[in-house]
Amino acid sequence: MQSVVFPNKILPYFLVLPQIILTVVFFFWPASQALYQSAMREDPFGLQSTFVGFANFSAIFSNGEYLHSLQVTVVFSVATALLSMGVALLLATAADLVVRGKGFYRTMMIIPYAVAPAVAGMLWLFMFNPAMGTLAYLLRRNGIAWDPVLDGNQAMALVVVAAAWKQISYNFLFFVAGLQAIPKSLLEAAAIDGARGARRFWTIIFPLLAPTTFFLLVVNTVYAFFDTFGIIHAVTHGGPAKATETLVYKVYNDGFVNLNLGSSAAQSVVLMVIVIALTAFQFRFVERRVHYG
Amino acid sequence: MARIELKDVRKVYGGGVDTIKGVSLDIADGEMIVLVGPSGCGKSTLLRMVAGLESITAGDIMIGDKLVNGLEPAERDIAMVFQNYALYPHMTVRQNLAYGLKNRNTPKEEIDRRITEAARALEIEPFLERKPRQLSGGQRQRVAMGRAIVRKPAAFLFDEPLSNLDAKLRVQMRVEIRRLQRSLATTSIYVTHDQMEAMTLADRLVVLNAGRIEQVGTPIELYEKPATTFVATFIGSPSMNLMKLGNGAGWTAANDAGLPANAVTIGIRPEDIAIAGSGVSGPMTAEVTVAAVELVGAESYVHGTTTDSQTIVFRVPGRSHIQIDEKMTLTADRRNFHLFDKDGQRI
Repeated sequence: MQSVVFPNKILPYFLVLPQIILTVVFFFWPASQALYQSAMREDPFGLQSTFVGFANFSAIFSNGEYLHSLQVTVVFSVATALLSMGVALLLATAADLVVRGKGFYRTMMIIPYAVAPAVAGMLWLFMFNPAMGTLAYLLRRNGIAWDPVLDGNQAMALVVVAAAWKQISYNFLFFVAGLQAIPKSLLEAAAIDGARGARRFWTIIFPLLAPTTFFLLVVNTVYAFFDTFGIIHAVTHGGPAKATETLVYKVYNDGFVNLNLGSSAAQSVVLMVIVIALTAFQFRFVERRVHYG
Repeated sequence: MARIELKDVRKVYGGGVDTIKGVSLDIADGEMIVLVGPSGCGKSTLLRMVAGLESITAGDIMIGDKLVNGLEPAERDIAMVFQNYALYPHMTVRQNLAYGLKNRNTPKEEIDRRITEAARALEIEPFLERKPRQLSGGQRQRVAMGRAIVRKPAAFLFDEPLSNLDAKLRVQMRVEIRRLQRSLATTSIYVTHDQMEAMTLADRLVVLNAGRIEQVGTPIELYEKPATTFVATFIGSPSMNLMKLGNGAGWTAANDAGLPANAVTIGIRPEDIAIAGSGVSGPMTAEVTVAAVELVGAESYVHGTTTDSQTIVFRVPGRSHIQIDEKMTLTADRRNFHLFDKDGQRI
């Protein structure tokens, strides 16, 4: 790679300044605030703060509710990532077989990605609301005791489906691109080598999609961890009985509803560490992904 | 081991694009057939139709006396070597070789035996545990060959397998493919646009032009008796000079009466022309002005212009001292002239 050298000493700094400002204002400042808050305890009236060191952290890690929320998050993330990626892969391989109206089909598939998380949540809430939901009515009429407002597992299933549904479009796009990147001659060679249908998919296509799949796994996990607040807020409010309270939802609930700022800040610091770890993981492995040819 | 027969095979793509306009060909067991022609002539399409990767619009393809029109590629008992090798990047060389056999439920010992055999023949034993990306172009080419060989198919299909290699390696691999094909005696169809490759590899050459066969024959037949002006210019390098007869043709002879009345074009190969007075002489002569001289090592090719403004290329052995704008007299033997009628057909 050829590096470009600017003769002017100040110009380069001006060029990166907007990015630096954005990062400082919207990341470093709030992040440092969170770090600072996580080591403080507010008095009940918010008049003064006392420095408590790591007490907030030891408090949350010895708190059963927090650990339960961690467990909920893991279940929610894994289920969302697997569901959205599985369905997207199925649709992408199906899209590969479509001959007529390919462009239209693909465009339609992408639309859900343009829907805001809260709106997506509301859509699913309306459909599955035990009191007025059309699909909830159908479920109950067919003998399924559908009540996500009372049943934690059903509530979890509902938010997982709503969160996955929104992400399918995104995954679909990447899988379609990944499938198109597989050289046609490889598939022809496999056809001559006598590999058909499922066998060809699992021995040739799926391994060649591995870089895409891995990339999406990380992206989807991050999405399920951090970007699903709107869906959970709209559908279940973390309930019933905290059955769908993920870490992000708990940060919001403890900080802005229960006004326990110190604990909330400590929790957001933990989340920050998780996202940094995930990103580092992604850079380390995805960047050195499989090379074709 | 099989005979391959094409009976009036046609390919029309959707939208009415006529790619193959009726090709009939009978390939004997163990024969090496080379399909050659300019790009877009349909040679790759024809090969892919034999492989089963393209559907057949009309006509029949038989492999080993079995009609294969409706069969899947895997059921046709053929192996194909692709231009870009098409090795599975996530598998080691050994897994690449084994894949086709595994899919056919070949016993493990048999797979191992065949891989060892093929690896030895192709000298790829040291690379068996490597991934394709760790190999050079030539090594990948060998692995691609190996993948075809281990299958022991009825026929090998080669789709320009050497065009991604550098010139030196290409010559080396060409010789090797020829040797392997001879020793295995497997019926082969080889597609190339390189006439040198075609000449050296083929038992019989098929020259294709715009979806039709121009001529079928041994390389020497095509070289010595091209059926059409297209074949005449396509086979041989540099290509044959084609010159218009009539109104003061470039070539004059003591006796023009020897030429048939319907001859419109005469062809003469650069190697069949000599400079008058250089020891070789023929009854036909032409006056030319030198336009350019190309030295290619052991010989030089001289581009000249005849008195009636037709261009002509001829060969002079060794390094030439011919200067541009020099005028000279060329001579050639009447027997080396190829005569074509107004439709470009040989007379």
